[in-house]
Amino acid sequence: MSTDLPIDLHYTVEHEWLQDGSPSTIGITAVAADALGDIVYLELPAVGAELVAGAVVGEIESTKSVSELFSPVSGTVIEINQSAIDDPSVVNSDPYGAGWLLKVDVTSTGPLLTSDEYAAQSAG
Amino acid sequence: MRDETMETLSPLHDEHVALGAALTSFAGWQMPLRYTSDIAEHVAVRTTAGLFDLSHMGEIRIGGPDAAAFLDYALVGNLSALRFQGARYTMICAEDGGVVDDLIVYRDEQDAFLVVANASNHEVVLDELRQRAARFADVTVEDRSPQTALIAVQGPKALEILRATDGLDETGGDIGESKYYACLPATFQGEPVLVARTGYTGEDGFEFFLDAARAPALWRAFLAAGADHGLVPAGLSARDSLRLEAGMPLYGNELDRSTTPQDAGLGRVVKLDKVTADGGPLPFVGRAALEARDAATPTKVLVGLEGLGRRAARHGYPVTLPDGSPVGVVTSGAPSPTLGHPVAMAYVTPEVGAPGTELAVDVRGRLEPVRVVPLPFYRRAR
Repeated sequence: MSTDLPIDLHYTVEHEWLQDGSPSTIGITAVAADALGDIVYLELPAVGAELVAGAVVGEIESTKSVSELFSPVSGTVIEINQSAIDDPSVVNSDPYGAGWLLKVDVTSTGPLLTSDEYAAQSAG
Repeated sequence: MRDETMETLSPLHDEHVALGAALTSFAGWQMPLRYTSDIAEHVAVRTTAGLFDLSHMGEIRIGGPDAAAFLDYALVGNLSALRFQGARYTMICAEDGGVVDDLIVYRDEQDAFLVVANASNHEVVLDELRQRAARFADVTVEDRSPQTALIAVQGPKALEILRATDGLDETGGDIGESKYYACLPATFQGEPVLVARTGYTGEDGFEFFLDAARAPALWRAFLAAGADHGLVPAGLSARDSLRLEAGMPLYGNELDRSTTPQDAGLGRVVKLDKVTADGGPLPFVGRAALEARDAATPTKVLVGLEGLGRRAARHGYPVTLPDGSPVGVVTSGAPSPTLGHPVAMAYVTPEVGAPGTELAVDVRGRLEPVRVVPLPFYRRAR
């Protein structure tokens, strides 16, 4: 189990991470990827889609289960990770790096957690 | 937060922890869900071999001179006809024909049988067997689960691994010479082990029943012997995707109290031709209802569904016509690691059950196209 959380990211209670930037990058945490098991299918919003913070914007499917992807922010999708769509196992192997999911021009953010806060709530 | 302190731990629990397994709650047990990767474990069983801890399964010993006659009455199968050192897939049904559990029965002794029940039904099966034994003068029903461990080695390399395992002696004969669904006595480090050529993966393989205290040593001996043969420990997640590909039912999904064996396409396990010594129909629990079900027009049929899209149908999702009209429900579904597309089993109305029929599954509000295909999805080359 990967438990080392990058401290420079924001997190959500739904196990997404957000890296500030122009655009900002969104992915799911190692906690979520480990819980899902081997990810075999990603359904992501199209480039140009308008996201609403807290809304379901995609699906992450493993052999064992399926999980919804919640957007941590409101804004416009600038880019989706096509290589992760082609080979979703990268989300398991490198969830904070090559396994990123979306790049978004952020207009506002939903409730976010620090790495310590996220670690505390996901440890339970 | 679940309270894990009340869960039963496998005799192999420390092995799983040492291997870094992700543990899951299953039928009151804490069991390995996966060690590394569901898909890697699944593929290993299909191509080399996987090592499973199945100690959560219920083992019930049936003995005494009336043992065979008792099982003929208590179960739907013809167990008195089971040969010595044979194994049989069978079911225990309620009076109304509903499935109480599906079972494997081993005749490992001439006058004694080992009944293996699902963990989730272990207590129910034990209670039913004890009640049904009341009408027999000389039969014993003994729960052996607490002291029994069950380890499985499954996959094309299983026999080579068995033969390479230090301390495991086939004192009762060469299991490699046995057919599928047989069992033989053996020893591990001098202590008795029952070796069965059975499994729940669609591959050749073996299951080993032994005293729980000896289980960790045998587990490690398998891992050591299997290292050169591609053996990996495999968890319940891989077990579920393997049995789904092999078209094998899982109690609680394809089978339950509201389902008859015939509904599940397993009418062959119901031996309505069982006879008494004078040639009359042999009474068994559920007989009248199962005879009636055999004569009736079926209202549902278990089918295989091949997903034409990428989103997998899951347990409980509605099956529909392409226009969205409901025709059934999914019992099990997952992306198939072997086939590379989603597969599912489902109960549908008989009119739409023919292979080739185009249907849909409501996957979280969106219809995904599926096609009815024959079961199993996967059959090993022989």
